[in-house]
Amino acid sequence: MSAFENIYTQVQVWPEKPELGVAGVPVEREKGALFNYLAGVVGNAQIGPIYLGTLGVLSALCGFIAIEIIGLNMWASVHWSPIEFVRQLPWLALEPPKPECGLCVLAPLNEGGWWQMAGFFLTMSILLWWWRMYRRAKVLGLGTHVAWAFASAIWLFLVLGFIRPLLMGHWSEAVPFGIFPHLDWTAAFSIRYGNLFYNPFHMLSIAFLYGSAVLFAMHGATILAVGRYGGEREVEQMIDRGTAAERAALFWRWTMGFNATMESIHRWAWWFAVLVPFTGGIGILLTGTVVDNWYLWGIQHGIAPAYPHLWPPVIDPAATGAVQ
Amino acid sequence: MKLAAAFLGVVIASLLTIAMLFTAGWVRPPILSTQVGFRGLAMNQLTTPAARSKLELANALPEAVPPAEPGGPLAVDTYKNVKVLTDLTTVQFNTLMAAITTWVAPNEGCGYCHNTDNLADDGIYAKTVARRMIQMTRHVNKDWKAHVANTGVVCWTCHRGNPVPANVWTNGMGWPQAGGFATTNYGMGHPDAANGSTAMTQDPYTALNDKSVIRVQATKALPANSNGASIFATEQTYSLMIAMSQGLGVNCVFCHNSREFGQWPESTPQRLTAWHGIQMVRDLNGAYLDPLKTVLPASRLGPLGDAPKLNCATCHQGANKPLLGVSLAKDYPELGGTPAK
Repeated sequence: MSAFENIYTQVQVWPEKPELGVAGVPVEREKGALFNYLAGVVGNAQIGPIYLGTLGVLSALCGFIAIEIIGLNMWASVHWSPIEFVRQLPWLALEPPKPECGLCVLAPLNEGGWWQMAGFFLTMSILLWWWRMYRRAKVLGLGTHVAWAFASAIWLFLVLGFIRPLLMGHWSEAVPFGIFPHLDWTAAFSIRYGNLFYNPFHMLSIAFLYGSAVLFAMHGATILAVGRYGGEREVEQMIDRGTAAERAALFWRWTMGFNATMESIHRWAWWFAVLVPFTGGIGILLTGTVVDNWYLWGIQHGIAPAYPHLWPPVIDPAATGAVQ
Repeated sequence: MKLAAAFLGVVIASLLTIAMLFTAGWVRPPILSTQVGFRGLAMNQLTTPAARSKLELANALPEAVPPAEPGGPLAVDTYKNVKVLTDLTTVQFNTLMAAITTWVAPNEGCGYCHNTDNLADDGIYAKTVARRMIQMTRHVNKDWKAHVANTGVVCWTCHRGNPVPANVWTNGMGWPQAGGFATTNYGMGHPDAANGSTAMTQDPYTALNDKSVIRVQATKALPANSNGASIFATEQTYSLMIAMSQGLGVNCVFCHNSREFGQWPESTPQRLTAWHGIQMVRDLNGAYLDPLKTVLPASRLGPLGDAPKLNCATCHQGANKPLLGVSLAKDYPELGGTPAK
């Protein structure tokens, strides 16, 4: 029974011959597969055969170029010191062009030009991978749900780095590359536009994000809990409910009063996950273009509460003439 | 394989734990929290007993110099080459000189500024600087009451026994870069004590020596035009604010309600004092400190040839009121301080 309560996968399948895919897929899959214990601890023990194809190779190439541009510029920003590169890596940046550049086609390389190129190749890499994902799903005879979920994430990525800067007329509005740099950008973005917490689409995005986490945990827990009755055969149980589905349903009816089905839980989860970047992207797109200060917008629309002040009114000293 | 993997996991976890234990910059509890805003707004100032005693120790007061007896001839009649302290009596003048020695050059003595064979000689640059600094101190105590109130400042407020105050800044060179066509990042992307170890600019103080616009938030809900502050400008302001809060040993909500930093009605009265502080520092840097680059020897200048300048930490040194609010200036009307009633 402990098999279902362990954080690691307890059952690893090592068939004599690796799974070679489904019939009709025009790919040679005889060679290049191996089994790995550590991979089996968290997922399928089989690694490979790896298939990239035209789109995959192009995507990987573009991704490599983007990472190379970002990494080499970061390394150059510490004068090629390997020790400082490692020490400062979380802080190192590749910043977009300055505001004066506007929407210039190619900024000077040392002032955002590399950022533009890295952004182009990263976007190409991601779009090509999306195309590959769509095509692989079709070839395998699947639905294209994963591709559309990925498209939702790409929407947010494009809004942040391309669409919104385009509408604002400045590449400088876009996100820098770098670990802390992009986090500092996020904080500065929220401050500049009057606190993103008052942006209703930010609220929606957060609700779907936390909702996704809760649904994910609830679903994982339920399926593991009924695993002993074959509950992990979810697709079968959608149309032919066995004791696992019955028990899980009864459990949720007793503890929550209402429950998903073996099918609907996956639709909930998919929509919750897809709506996180989708609503978030709308919220970012509206910021600066349609709303300049979300706090003041929130005051106008009655969503920002007023609190008592513990001191005499504080009045802008610059309002009396001086400009800061 | 299973055993090796488990062993490897334990080793990695131990190393990460050890690394975290020694690098995370822990603060030892208890954390003392003081509420400054309305309840529920998380407007709290935090400190620890250890940090508080350290601050008290760092703000110990200098040895007191007995006050000058009134009356007697003016210093300008007694000594040669008195150019600034022309309004003081000889006794006042000598008392102030003794105090300045205690505050600024306790180890170096009179000779730090004066040619000890001829005290009237202007040969040593430090004397020229000291004159200008006395004028600056009088200017602060007289004209910047909006910031220093009647508490005032004296030399000790910044110097604390050091000929050059511990917290001054010059324009930085930034982290050494490869240059050429590689990205410059406009000085961003390197952790620094000044920028609070963020990836923002390493030179957060430049706005304290020019008239650049610090305000970045929109003042209306909807966009008025497309010329609002850029994210770049926002990050400059953000770094300056981090530097300010470090200099004062406070967090953002000492002055701001962090739900909307720009709104004055949401801010605390301390923000008014801080606003005047920024104006004051800009005035002092522009009129007193930066021009000293022609007087100071090259060794005292920054790497780009500018003179050391003020920021909030120069006086405040980690305390929201310098010297924890003790007024030394009230005992030194010679420096323009307001005497205690």
